[in-house]
Amino acid sequence: MSEWGGAAVRERWVRTAGVELCVAELGDAGQPTVVLLHGYPDSKEVWAEVASRLAERFHVVLYDVRGHGRSTAPKPLKGGFTLEKLTDDFLAVADAVSPDRPVHLVGHDWGSVQGWEFTTVERTEGRIASFTSLSGPSLDHFGHWINGRLRRPTPRRAGQLLGQTAKSWYVYLLHTPVLPELAWRGPLGARWPAILRRLEKVPGDGYPTASLGDDAAHGAWLYRDNVRARLRRPRADAYAHAPVQLITPAGDAFLSPSLYDDLDRWVPQLLRRTIDARHWVPRTRPDQLAAWIGEFVLAHEDGTPVAEIVPGGAYADRFAGRLVLITGAGSGIGRATAFAFAEAGARIVAADVDAEGAATTAELCRMIGAAEAWAEAVDVADEEAMEKFAERVAASYGVVDVLVNNAGIGLSGPFLDTSAADWRRVLDVNLWGVIHGCRLFGRQMAERGQGGHIVNTASAAAYAPSRALPAYATSKAAVLMLSECLRAELAGQGIGVSAVCPGFVHTNITATTRFAGVSGDEEQRRRKSAHRWYGKRNYPAEKVAEAVLRAVARNQAVVPVTPEARGSRLLARFAPRALRAIARVEPKL
Amino acid sequence: MGLSGSSAALRGFRSVQRLAYECAEAVAAQLRPGVTEREAARMQREWLRERGVRDWFHLPFAWFGDRTAFAGFRVPLQFFPTNRELAPGMPFILDLAPVHGGHTADVGYSGSLGPNAVHDRLMRDLRVHRELILREVRERRPLREIYEDVERLMVRQGYHNRHRAYPFGVIAHKVDRVRERRFAPHVFGFGTQSLKGLAKDALRGHREGWSPLWSPYRFSAHPPRPGLWAVEPHLGFRGTGAKFEELLVVTDSRDEEESAFWLDDDLPHVRRWAEAEADRELAADGAQGAVQGREPEKGRVA
Repeated sequence: MSEWGGAAVRERWVRTAGVELCVAELGDAGQPTVVLLHGYPDSKEVWAEVASRLAERFHVVLYDVRGHGRSTAPKPLKGGFTLEKLTDDFLAVADAVSPDRPVHLVGHDWGSVQGWEFTTVERTEGRIASFTSLSGPSLDHFGHWINGRLRRPTPRRAGQLLGQTAKSWYVYLLHTPVLPELAWRGPLGARWPAILRRLEKVPGDGYPTASLGDDAAHGAWLYRDNVRARLRRPRADAYAHAPVQLITPAGDAFLSPSLYDDLDRWVPQLLRRTIDARHWVPRTRPDQLAAWIGEFVLAHEDGTPVAEIVPGGAYADRFAGRLVLITGAGSGIGRATAFAFAEAGARIVAADVDAEGAATTAELCRMIGAAEAWAEAVDVADEEAMEKFAERVAASYGVVDVLVNNAGIGLSGPFLDTSAADWRRVLDVNLWGVIHGCRLFGRQMAERGQGGHIVNTASAAAYAPSRALPAYATSKAAVLMLSECLRAELAGQGIGVSAVCPGFVHTNITATTRFAGVSGDEEQRRRKSAHRWYGKRNYPAEKVAEAVLRAVARNQAVVPVTPEARGSRLLARFAPRALRAIARVEPKL
Repeated sequence: MGLSGSSAALRGFRSVQRLAYECAEAVAAQLRPGVTEREAARMQREWLRERGVRDWFHLPFAWFGDRTAFAGFRVPLQFFPTNRELAPGMPFILDLAPVHGGHTADVGYSGSLGPNAVHDRLMRDLRVHRELILREVRERRPLREIYEDVERLMVRQGYHNRHRAYPFGVIAHKVDRVRERRFAPHVFGFGTQSLKGLAKDALRGHREGWSPLWSPYRFSAHPPRPGLWAVEPHLGFRGTGAKFEELLVVTDSRDEEESAFWLDDDLPHVRRWAEAEADRELAADGAQGAVQGREPEKGRVA
């Protein structure tokens, strides 16, 4: 008996026609059974991280596909890897580990290709309770996808076909005789772990196992025995008889997301999810994967229909169940952003210096679809408070997946009238608040090593100078540059950084803006006047929130939002003198 | 208009306001899945015609679903009832303004077909707006500032001000007695007699520095003008809207209580708030009673 991440692994052997399969079991056998299937070139250990997380709640079963890991290979190899034989293997394992109850199937890469076969053939009906597919299409669906695009090659569809044809280069190579075997057992096998680390950002922690060369050499027959036969004559009845959760990695180098465009035709109960990762998701994103698998399995244990698991908002496929922390969430853009994430089904931490505002935001978030929502009172400018806050969040809610550093205050007035105290306050909140957020939560993200995203709310004033906003614009320019530098630093760890530059947005920042160098009454008058002007412009915070979600989904670097923000960014690039001329104009409030 | 003395006139307004709310409640009770906005508007019109209403400040409106929050409204024509069908859980708003016996009412009634937690919360949160408006009108604050205070409160509550979508962004407008004529045509849904009254007020107000429209603009930067105001704060939140509309009486009395008051406190939304409060108190009492009930037991054990 060995251990994976603290969970005991029990091994047993299952014999099917001509081969012996090495089966590993984790967790309580009385719980629902989840079978994890590995891909190519992998062995069951690829799932170690996910399996140990799932073992707390489920009976987790993994096996080495024939010819891989410690399972024996069929003789002869040719013709020994057909999907029919692989289905025999699966049924034998399922009968051994869960004779009375159907199992929940999860497949990655070739494991998913097999899973699709199991979920769509008649003889497994009643043995599969649900299927989670990761980076591996059904060969039959793929065949129909190609045929459809050949028959009606509109420019877009022809482009999709060419794109996938290019991504499948390795499939053609694997069809050449002998050479792949020589390469895998020789130089390619030796360098593979380093290649995975560099190109796929897979953590280097003892995986792949020593059997890699043989696994990969045997596994070449998965392609040779099935791909040509199935793509040429795809089955016409490949309809899924179990609910399917499709998890699409947005950065998969081998499969384009358009492969799944027609999937609703084949799967009556389909739940789509998108994850910001490359191909080896079980290695790079075990936390998120385990959460989604667990949720899907439990829903189908108690019979919740798929339609009730998914929230309706934009980007729900991406953000459902993810932990999103927003500072300045008690009002304005922060609050609207919290609502947009809530509608996508995220778990929300609404932080604000105004406890009541944050509480209102969290309460409303729960009403409109947030999986969970909490309010936290914190002053982002307070270093000590932020450190405690970061610890509290990590301990109570977990590592943040998306951080939105949004808290900010306004300060207007001539530079010569701006006191040192005014400067300090605006820099403390607008710049140091962002620095603390990035420093503390960014570190947590980096240490977890499973990606994430940071959004910093800068401003159009970050690149458009104005005589009316010297201190504010300076603080926001610093936020913009900080975001760009941080983006460069964290790119290697799969953490995206975006700077959002809203422009004139109708929020209550105008009602709290400090006007330097004027009397209290005059300040009040200018606040009111500015508020009315922003009201007339009436650009809603909701549109900025949409831009924030889009920026995270697309990993955009700098996002000007309002037309004036976009226009002044163009001017800043191509006609900076014009922008400088505008900067001299004193706005009349 | 010296309203403070003319209680007969107020009685007239009160009875037509009650009639309008009765109509809204009757029609709301008849709403079923599949009923369209046009049908709901027609039901209100017919119900009131049967009870002798011949003229309107405006013809009845009905908004369903995200149209209660005026989502995507750009031109006034979008206010008119459409073929949008009601579905379970959907919020709706009925807005009607009948003229009866020369008295005008303008009421708004929000509800939902079956439970809708967001809508219930919006309705609950409208209560403080009713209190805020009355308080600040009694303080004789400029209407424009009251408007801004209401808007600030809405934003603080997490919602949007949706009365800004009405023509001129008004939160309220003046209503008055209307001469009854046998021929009472309407243009764009508004009764010509009422429009005439509003136009007269607007002209007179323009000369004297006030306006019959209570808006966020400079022409509303004056203290409340004596008369009857149909006040309609309208909250919106992510595709759900809720409002109430009822008459506020403003007089020139020096007594604070007399200087402004809601025409009627026995209205559906006010009753709903009172019931909710009574429930809360009952629950609190119950909890207290339980604690008190346990204490003697403790004593016995000791």
